Amino acid sequence: MNTHSQTLCLPDPLPLDGGGELARVEVAYETYGELNADCSNAILLCHALTGDQYVASPHPITGKPGWWERMVGPGKPIDTDRFHVICANVIGSCMGSTGPASEASDGNPYAMRFPVITIRDMVRAHVGLLDALGIARLHAVVGGSMGGMQALSLAANWPERTERVLVIASTSRHSAQNIAFHELGRQAIMADPRWQDGDYYGGEAPDNGLAVARMAAHITYLSEEALTEKFGRNLQDRDAKSFGFDADFQVESYLRYQGSGFTRRFDANSYLYITRAMDYFDLAEEHGGKLADAFAGTDARFCLVSFDSDWLYPTSESRHVVHALNAAGAAVSFVELSAPHGHDSFLLDVPALDRVIGGFLG
Amino acid sequence: MSRAHSPLRPDLAVIASHVEPGSRVLDIGCGDGALMLALREEGCDVRGIEIDGACVERCVSQGLSVVQGDADRDLGDYPDKGFDYAILSQTLQTAARPDRMLDQLLRVGTRAFVSFPNFAHWRTRAALMLGGRMPVTRSIPVSWYETQNIHHVTIKDFQELAREKGATIARDWYFAGERPVSRAGANARAEFAVFELAR
Repeated sequence: MNTHSQTLCLPDPLPLDGGGELARVEVAYETYGELNADCSNAILLCHALTGDQYVASPHPITGKPGWWERMVGPGKPIDTDRFHVICANVIGSCMGSTGPASEASDGNPYAMRFPVITIRDMVRAHVGLLDALGIARLHAVVGGSMGGMQALSLAANWPERTERVLVIASTSRHSAQNIAFHELGRQAIMADPRWQDGDYYGGEAPDNGLAVARMAAHITYLSEEALTEKFGRNLQDRDAKSFGFDADFQVESYLRYQGSGFTRRFDANSYLYITRAMDYFDLAEEHGGKLADAFAGTDARFCLVSFDSDWLYPTSESRHVVHALNAAGAAVSFVELSAPHGHDSFLLDVPALDRVIGGFLG
Repeated sequence: MSRAHSPLRPDLAVIASHVEPGSRVLDIGCGDGALMLALREEGCDVRGIEIDGACVERCVSQGLSVVQGDADRDLGDYPDKGFDYAILSQTLQTAARPDRMLDQLLRVGTRAFVSFPNFAHWRTRAALMLGGRMPVTRSIPVSWYETQNIHHVTIKDFQELAREKGATIARDWYFAGERPVSRAGANARAEFAVFELAR
């Protein structure tokens, strides 16, 4: 669909939660639909860990359709005939916004000199973008998974900037298990000899490590039921086990394909930085240890959605946020939807999700 | 009643017409949101709790603020007197501990509306006395083994519980089907009751 790809250079250095600031921050973003005269119909969509700004337009590297094409477009639940949809690549990523692969002031890539960032730093950059676009108050901020963390962070730290907050399959804090899976991925990258302490730009990238990281993460995005349904113990293009270590099983072949495909479009150092930001995320900690205090006095309307087969950010995590919002007296909706696909359900065909999103956005 | 909520169940219609317009309301066990929609039209800020996911989805699709949850467990999250009214329609008898739920109701709401099917209605009494079996009637339509009504209650029982909890009954309404029934003899003649409480 019609889209506008743009990059904005934030006018001021970006202060960072870890101390110091990041100069010359670029934010790459796409917009869909027209902004109305009083700038009141803007929706900020926040992407997940390995997502990008190409929500409803073909990915420039893979050529695949946008990651939420089924949700965003004319007449769709996030209706671009009515709303001006903005999606920005998070800082730390690799699709045009400033990240470890970007040029530092000395003309070389930052690599591991890039500062460790947080979810709130990502959102601070989004807010810089909204300022530049002249959008004082969003109709809604919407995000799934890491995008949901950004939506919560925006609601907690810039409560005046949005009327509605829609958080799908997400959490207010990373659990020990979440951190553990991310650490596995990071160690796979850093154990790849091509990683070279992050200084691989211009040479061969640590694709093997990054592929393993993606394979491990991908398992967490699917339910056991979905894996069993899709692959079972089926063999891949063969009638019998090979008694070797080729991808005998379909599920092995699938994971290898997911892993290698991912390395074509994603930077290993970005993976390190963004997973770190997610691991550091704990919204209650940012607000004196009490999650309800993060939302004190908010007048935004919230909607949280979880999926019964999501074991990465299970329903209990959404409930935890809902309890805090209730304690803060916020207007909140919450529904656990039934879908078989695990965490990835938020990206897949779940008609109930379409109805909830359409209804909540009004 | 002058308001355009004719499809509302009689107890909900009573409640809808006696909530002050513009109030903050919590509807506990809000079902498909019929009462919430009526109250929203009155300018109320209405929130709901509902255990059934399909009902919650319907509510949220209509732009209502409804949380999927179990009132037995989740009411404790709401702040004291956070609402002008807490409403419990046809839900008290499904609670694990109706007495505790009534406490919560009177804690989160300045006022409360409670409606429930009256187990002492003469038809119920007759079914039990003459038939010797758990009643299945118009107001208690489901067999004992699959009903959600795990704590059957009569009008007298409820009045006594309200007194024990230090609640004042501000107003009360009694119905047999769609038809209002007077307070006198209501415990035998009413199929369900609606109470407005304050504490």
